Amino acid sequence: MPEYTLKVRRYQPESGEGPFWEEFKVELDPSLSVLDGILQAKDRDDGSLSVRCSCRAAICGSCGMKINGQSGLGCKTQIGEAQELAEKKASVGNGAGGGTPPIVVEPMGNMPVIKDLVTDMESTHWTKIRRVTPWLLDDGDPPERERIVPPESMVDITQTIACIQCGACVSACLSMEADPEFIGPAALAKAYRFVGDPRDVETRERLYDLAQDPHGIYDCTHCFACVDACPKGVAPMDQIMRLRRRASDDDIHDRNNGHNHELAFVKIIEKKGTLDEALLLQESYAPGVKGKLIPKPSAIKGLVGSLPTAARGLRTGKMRSLPKLIPGVHPKLPGDAQERVKRIYEHAEEHGTEINLYITGEEEVEPEPDEEEFSQPEVSPGPKESE
Amino acid sequence: MKLAYWPGCVSRGFTTELHGSMALVAERLGIELVTLDRANCCGAGVIAEHNQELADTLNARTFALAQQTGLSMMNICSTCQGAQSECQQRLDADSQYRSHINEALSGQGLSYEKSADGSWNNKNFLWLLVEDYGLDRLAAQVKRPLAGLRVGPFYGCYIVRPKERLGYHQYPDRDIYLEKVIEALGGEIVEYNGARKCCGFPVVTMNRETSLTQAGTHVGDAIDAGADCLVTPCPLCHLNLDMQQPEAAKVVNRDLGLAVLHLPQLVGLALGATPKELGMEKHVASTKWVQERLTAVPA
Repeated sequence: MPEYTLKVRRYQPESGEGPFWEEFKVELDPSLSVLDGILQAKDRDDGSLSVRCSCRAAICGSCGMKINGQSGLGCKTQIGEAQELAEKKASVGNGAGGGTPPIVVEPMGNMPVIKDLVTDMESTHWTKIRRVTPWLLDDGDPPERERIVPPESMVDITQTIACIQCGACVSACLSMEADPEFIGPAALAKAYRFVGDPRDVETRERLYDLAQDPHGIYDCTHCFACVDACPKGVAPMDQIMRLRRRASDDDIHDRNNGHNHELAFVKIIEKKGTLDEALLLQESYAPGVKGKLIPKPSAIKGLVGSLPTAARGLRTGKMRSLPKLIPGVHPKLPGDAQERVKRIYEHAEEHGTEINLYITGEEEVEPEPDEEEFSQPEVSPGPKESE
Repeated sequence: MKLAYWPGCVSRGFTTELHGSMALVAERLGIELVTLDRANCCGAGVIAEHNQELADTLNARTFALAQQTGLSMMNICSTCQGAQSECQQRLDADSQYRSHINEALSGQGLSYEKSADGSWNNKNFLWLLVEDYGLDRLAAQVKRPLAGLRVGPFYGCYIVRPKERLGYHQYPDRDIYLEKVIEALGGEIVEYNGARKCCGFPVVTMNRETSLTQAGTHVGDAIDAGADCLVTPCPLCHLNLDMQQPEAAKVVNRDLGLAVLHLPQLVGLALGATPKELGMEKHVASTKWVQERLTAVPA
């Protein structure tokens, strides 16, 4: 049986000491989980080693933790794979050539630790979930029986319904690391679950609330950390982007310049084909300043805040060229290329197709010709229905 | 080696030193680049946030322009890589959707074709260096090993996540390539917390505090770990880590002052190019210390 070393970040509040690292040697099949390894260490070496767990099958969402720095479920991470990752990380830099590295196990991030691998889910995760009004807001009149909606209108939110509230995305969130008040990936994915629900009647109010909050949908830094952490494929960041799209469709102008930034970006590419950063800055903070709109106080603050950076850009030569000096002077694509980009806009704006691979999946690739001889002989499908 | 080259927007905007150093380095490495000067912005995730189909069509157009040259495509921006990979994944997943998108391009004589065996691909310069050019071949070109230079890698989110989309099943080491390149160039790897974290740039106009806290924290962590400089394959990360560095210093309330190099600049230094040739004087955070280190420690 292969042997693994688990290096666990421990914290025993009753001891009065700070956190410390402890290594445990465990023996188990590589296909078993990191959680199995922890439970073996608890059983054989130290009964006080604390971890939350229940189903051991990635259903209950209890055993969120960081394994080699990656947030996820202890029961869904095979110990053999965790060892491979530890070895890969140690193959470069200081650790290279230093013998077999341990699997590093830590409690989840972005939340207080109660003991060892047990974190306080209440003060962060559940508080943030409650922040988004996680229940259906209907028109107040209870129906005689259930509320009937076409099944296809619910397909869109099945991805967020798959959430098991394990907190792995919260643990991984890089925005929350910088801004603990960020509503965060789990709660915002939950918010989309109701925004996308055809039975909910407060959609616009929900979107307005989440767009206006400085720690709301525009505080997500688009880093994909939650996407990789989620054991159920919820892709919380994608749900946050859907919330932004819905807020944008509803023309909700937030005080964080999120909507303006998006509109300015889209418009600039339509006009120039490539990004005019100087114009993007100006338009994000103060759209239409050349026209009649007067920038809001927050926009003026933003613009003034960006002035020292602009001055440094000038000094170093970054922004010394004319197009960088005067927003809007940025060159267009050569020849008729710009006109062609514009035509793409017309087509896309007419259709606005949105596909979600979580729901549609990837279509099966037809076997290569030389593989056909190994595939099943084709069964006659019978008479085809006329289309 | 010949490639269709998408330089991106920022490398021809606020970070022209990136475009310039890439051209210089490509020539020295013997990589021929056919610039896609009619191609368009990848949308950086922002256009997809507005209208997914628009982002997919814009990138399908860029891919089709590259395919027209008969060459695979190279980019020099983690953000381009991420945004384009996302669109390519949707286009490749569904032939009906692909036809619909190609409809919008048909008037331009363009069409994006899925390459079933992956023979046509779009790779960041970092991936290309390791997977196609080869680290041994790179190491053999080194004229001035970066001995004694302590380099902190900074990847940019879009090139490390999500793993499922970015080909990590085929190339599981893509998130340690920067370390491998630093080693191949003779430099010293600095381990610090921020290497695969977010620079904060995407929210700099929406939540400046969050954004600059991220940038300032990572730069500070790298300094504390003893770095002489950072290296990044993403010009947007460069904007937050370098151009905004003095502002980030105010937000995290500490002294910073760490050079942030673009990947081609680091490669260029090892190939014997001078900091001036690589446009390093255009950075906001002074790059003089890098030069001093290289002079102080004999190659």
